[in-house]
Amino acid sequence: MKRFILWTPLAIFFAFVAVFAAGLVKPDNHDIPSHLVGKPLPEFSLPAGTPDVQGLTSAEMRTGKPKLLNVFASWCVPCAAEAPQLQQLARAGVEIDAIAIRDRADDLSRFLGRYGNPYARIGSDPTSSVQIAIGSAGVPETFVIDGKGIIRHQHIGDIRAEDVPDILARLEAAR
Amino acid sequence: MIAETGLALLWLAGALAALQLLLGAIGLRWQRDDLIAAVRPIAVVQAVLASLAFALLIYLFVTVDLSVALVAANDHSAKPLLYKFAGSWGNHEGSMLMWVTILAIGGGAVALLERRLENRTLIATLSAQAAIGLGFYAFLLFASNPFARLDPAPPEGQGLNPLLQDPGLAFHPPTLYLGYVGLSIAFSFAVGALVTRDVGPAFARAMRPWVLGAWVMLTLGITAGSYWAYYELGWGGWWFWDPVENASLMPWLAATALLHSVTVLATRDGLRAWTVMLAVVAFSMSMVGTFLVRSGILTSVHAFAVDPRRGSFILALLAIYIGGALALFALRVGTVREGSRFDAVSREGALIINNLLLSAILGIVLVGTLYPLMAEAMTGEKISVGAPYFNSAAGPLALILMAALSAGPLLRWRRDELRSLAGRLALPALITAGALAAVIALAPGIRILPLLGLVFAAGLAAASVAPLWRRNLRHAPLFVWGMVIAHLGVAVSAAGMASESAFTKERLVAARIGESFDVGPYRVRFDAVAPVAGPNWTAVQGTLTATRGTTSFALQPEARSFWAPPAQTNESAIRTALDGQLYVVLGNPDETGRWQLRLWWKPMVTLIWAGGAMIAIGGALAMLGHLLRDWRGARRKEAWA
Repeated sequence: MKRFILWTPLAIFFAFVAVFAAGLVKPDNHDIPSHLVGKPLPEFSLPAGTPDVQGLTSAEMRTGKPKLLNVFASWCVPCAAEAPQLQQLARAGVEIDAIAIRDRADDLSRFLGRYGNPYARIGSDPTSSVQIAIGSAGVPETFVIDGKGIIRHQHIGDIRAEDVPDILARLEAAR
Repeated sequence: MIAETGLALLWLAGALAALQLLLGAIGLRWQRDDLIAAVRPIAVVQAVLASLAFALLIYLFVTVDLSVALVAANDHSAKPLLYKFAGSWGNHEGSMLMWVTILAIGGGAVALLERRLENRTLIATLSAQAAIGLGFYAFLLFASNPFARLDPAPPEGQGLNPLLQDPGLAFHPPTLYLGYVGLSIAFSFAVGALVTRDVGPAFARAMRPWVLGAWVMLTLGITAGSYWAYYELGWGGWWFWDPVENASLMPWLAATALLHSVTVLATRDGLRAWTVMLAVVAFSMSMVGTFLVRSGILTSVHAFAVDPRRGSFILALLAIYIGGALALFALRVGTVREGSRFDAVSREGALIINNLLLSAILGIVLVGTLYPLMAEAMTGEKISVGAPYFNSAAGPLALILMAALSAGPLLRWRRDELRSLAGRLALPALITAGALAAVIALAPGIRILPLLGLVFAAGLAAASVAPLWRRNLRHAPLFVWGMVIAHLGVAVSAAGMASESAFTKERLVAARIGESFDVGPYRVRFDAVAPVAGPNWTAVQGTLTATRGTTSFALQPEARSFWAPPAQTNESAIRTALDGQLYVVLGNPDETGRWQLRLWWKPMVTLIWAGGAMIAIGGALAMLGHLLRDWRGARRKEAWA
């Protein structure tokens, strides 16, 4: 019995070493997935990001048709990088709404003028409060929302050309 | 040439560490006194070589030799001299070289100075120290060579992280490292004593100054780091329970427990196995801390360069050293004779309560720090553990610890009477009750934890000076003064923490030039904003006038932009008054020309760090007191002979 107790510190120590080793082997992944995937979008109502677009409310995400909700900002470089892919999705008939994070109307207009406007509506979230409520930790992120307003998928980071088929398949699955 | 010389010195020092380990092990196994005799001189030479290698790296940084990859990545010719100097350890490779240098110097100092310990135990200790050194030499030479060349050399270096360009932080890492590595010596003593089955008062007395020294350095390092985070990061907080902060707190908690149990072993020959265990745990915590910081497996505000290969290397070293020591412990500690016994109500009993509480707090911090890692390994879920967990779990234990701390020094060794203890504690208890009434009367809405913090601090302050009552102060030994000052420091620091948490006033405003705001006892007017330029940065500087009663003064917070590497820092403006600090941070302007201002009034906040400094000073006095007494004892023995 006494012997057994003497070896416990070593056993506990190697349990810690195993956890450390597991932490090291696993690829470095700092993505933070939203806890709301599979749950309905929280209620929100955002004013228009620029004078010439419509604002965004959560009611508009429950129209019976699957949509993309893109979280972006004019000051964000990867957002500019994903603009062609969003254009491509919009041309394929996908409806894309957007939340502009901590942005200004004239910067936003310049961004849309330069990279094109694939969005049906743009709500402005100057304090990131709606962004946090939907479980988004950065820009850009893109959510697949089904017709009942339920979050079906979250894409973290910019949408690359190779991601487009996956996004289209997710939208199809949400139908 | 200089970089190559440095590398050669490092190889030589590594080879000597291997020799030191080999000769020590063979000499002890086969009783070869001729081999054993070589171990001490080798340890000293190894320390000299490692120090020279480190000196050469500093020289490369000060002269900005950009043909060395490490210098090119971390140095810049426009950087002030102090930061060229400090830049040599403000990076992974340099800090590891500093680590191994301090390790070697520690071993050399033991070899030169230690005379009390039985020779075989000392040789085993030096061999253990060489084994630790050997692993880190291998780490430097095979996985993080600080002297690697860069060809072609770039025209200019990339500079040091601006957050680190601060005089406080230049000396923060060396202080903490001295603490970590000091604990490596306690670890080696424990391993040495287990090898020769020589755990007793002589071993405890030999180990004690190293534990105290390491503990003083950790205390200073943590206190300085906390103050740096407070004024440099501009969040107005002084402790964030960040993994890297916890990495320095955990060895401190273990070392605090160790230095109290080592006293029991040195004075009363009790707690033998426990003290050896704590010595192993204290250094394990240093190494776990190093691993967590260097491997990047936990997300932290301290974004060090991360490389999984380095993480695996440190993890392997950790597994070998700590696993080896714990296995040795399991095999040998059964053969260590039980120490002398004592009553539950005694100084020893109080010190055991102190040890149990400190170990429990250590466990809470360890679990909280590693929980996100464990959760992700098991369920894949991302979780972060924050201040609410740590405060509510560790806070109550810390309060109980303060109560035990009040009684402990007033108890006699071996056995005491509860009734006479009650008599000695009467006045502190009265003061505690008075403080409770006063705080409730003056601040009725106060939360329970800060309330008890303030009240217990008052009682502890009274109880900690009690060992000096009715004593001729000039004849009180230095280490008693050390204990009194350190314990008083705990009370002072706790009062600061409680007051900061209960009474801080915060305002976040969007201010136009000319507007005024009230915060705490001050009225602050926002006067102007102007650009200023420094040696390697430009900044926007705000000017504010704070008025309290009839006195007023200017505050100038800055938002600095560094250009190499490009980064922004906030230089908060802090004004210290007798009863607290006024703390102002300048934020960004909005489009209508208003500026974000954060204003805090933090009553008594400076007590937190003043208490930390007192704890360190107390520890230093205690170390000095013990060394002086041992030295006098040795001289008396010589006179007799």
